[in-house]
Amino acid sequence: MIESHLAIANPAVHPGASGAGASAGTLTVLARLLEARTGQQIASSRAWRLDVALKPLLRDREIDTLDQLVDTLLDGSDHGLGDRIIDALVNGESSFFRDQPVFDTIAQALTAIAPDHRGRVWSAGCATGQEPLSLAMMFAEAAGEGSPPELVATDVSEAALARARSGRYNQFEIQRGLPVRRMMRWFDSDGTDWTAKPELTRLIQYRQSNLVTDPAPGGRFDIILCRNVLFYLAAGAKAKVFASLAAALRPGGLLVLGAGETVIGQTDLFMPSTRYRGFYEHTDTKRRIKG
Amino acid sequence: MKTCLVVDDSKVIRKVARHILETLDFQVSEACDGREALDACNASPPDVILLDWNMPVMSGMDFLRALRESNVPTRPKVVFCTTENGMAYIRAAIEAGADEYVMKPFDRDTIESKLQIVGLA
Ligand SMILES: C[S@@+](CC[C@H](N)C(=O)[O-])C[C@H]1O[C@@H](n2cnc3c(N)ncnc32)[C@H](O)[C@@H]1O
Repeated sequence: MIESHLAIANPAVHPGASGAGASAGTLTVLARLLEARTGQQIASSRAWRLDVALKPLLRDREIDTLDQLVDTLLDGSDHGLGDRIIDALVNGESSFFRDQPVFDTIAQALTAIAPDHRGRVWSAGCATGQEPLSLAMMFAEAAGEGSPPELVATDVSEAALARARSGRYNQFEIQRGLPVRRMMRWFDSDGTDWTAKPELTRLIQYRQSNLVTDPAPGGRFDIILCRNVLFYLAAGAKAKVFASLAAALRPGGLLVLGAGETVIGQTDLFMPSTRYRGFYEHTDTKRRIKG
Repeated sequence: MKTCLVVDDSKVIRKVARHILETLDFQVSEACDGREALDACNASPPDVILLDWNMPVMSGMDFLRALRESNVPTRPKVVFCTTENGMAYIRAAIEAGADEYVMKPFDRDTIESKLQIVGLA
């Protein structure tokens, strides 16, 4: 881990990685801060993004260089600066109904695994809220007058969560993955932005929480989505997250990862589901059900 | 190869849309107004039509109504693509039989996403 940070921090190894000419020490501090707070490692191929990602924050704080930013961080004079840096560095890319077929499978699976109780679903690493809102729309439409499954959504980034809670999306965001009929049904236009109706947002409980270091939300879940989050985590952090997800998942429940992600070779707590393609279940499902 | 007819009176928009659609493996044809588009559809209906609203000769809305009443053998998907971004316009378009709606300005992700939604990308 340290090696990769040193590699990032060494402009000779990755020319251009230092962006605005930040020192090796500065880049190491930023990489370590990110890993300590989120478990995420900056791949050396993405190191140049530090500079791009932090530019708006530098402008906002009227700081000229990454070196000065890190000086300010380390002298402790700017409370909350560490959080702002994390907010700027995490990849919060998301869209509505991302990998659409996954949502059909979730609807189908939930009816099968929670036939006699109100389902509980956790969107872990919900970013700016498109994932939980997509689930909420789907659940509310299917529930009709009945009560839809309970939905909990968490993310480590306070900034991402604030946006998720606001339910407000610009024209480009609202058009990514969201069918126009659903947009008409569930969003109000507000200038050129679109805001989720309160009847939709109230179906989601948002919480700030770090998957690596914080306990999972209380109670067990029928389905946990942790999509496009683990990808960025260091191996040790990943292991902790898998353990926490395994404990939070009800026996017989399902884990959903991102399209390019797998548990194979990553953990022995989960195995591919035989019934739901691309989904995962506890390795010891049978024993846990009996126990 | 999937086919798309881009109907817009702006040459620039047609060019941008064509470029995006070609990177998405569509074969693209163009029309400058609803009348030309209707002729094109009668000659050879595309899989999908990207349709502007305000155009001279025949508007996108008049074209859509004419298309849905015509006996064009297949039923091309129609995606409105317009600066008319108010809810009332969107509703009117959907009620008139549009399948999807793109609010301008758009980018590649917008077009790709909407084409996926209508089952074509
Ligand atoms: C690329 S987004 C994925 C959003 C959504 N799940 C999706 O697939 O569209 C990754 C999110 O994971 C969050 N994240 C990263 N590390 C985390 C951690 N240790 N605990 C909780 N969330 C984390 C980031 O803040 C970011 O919002």
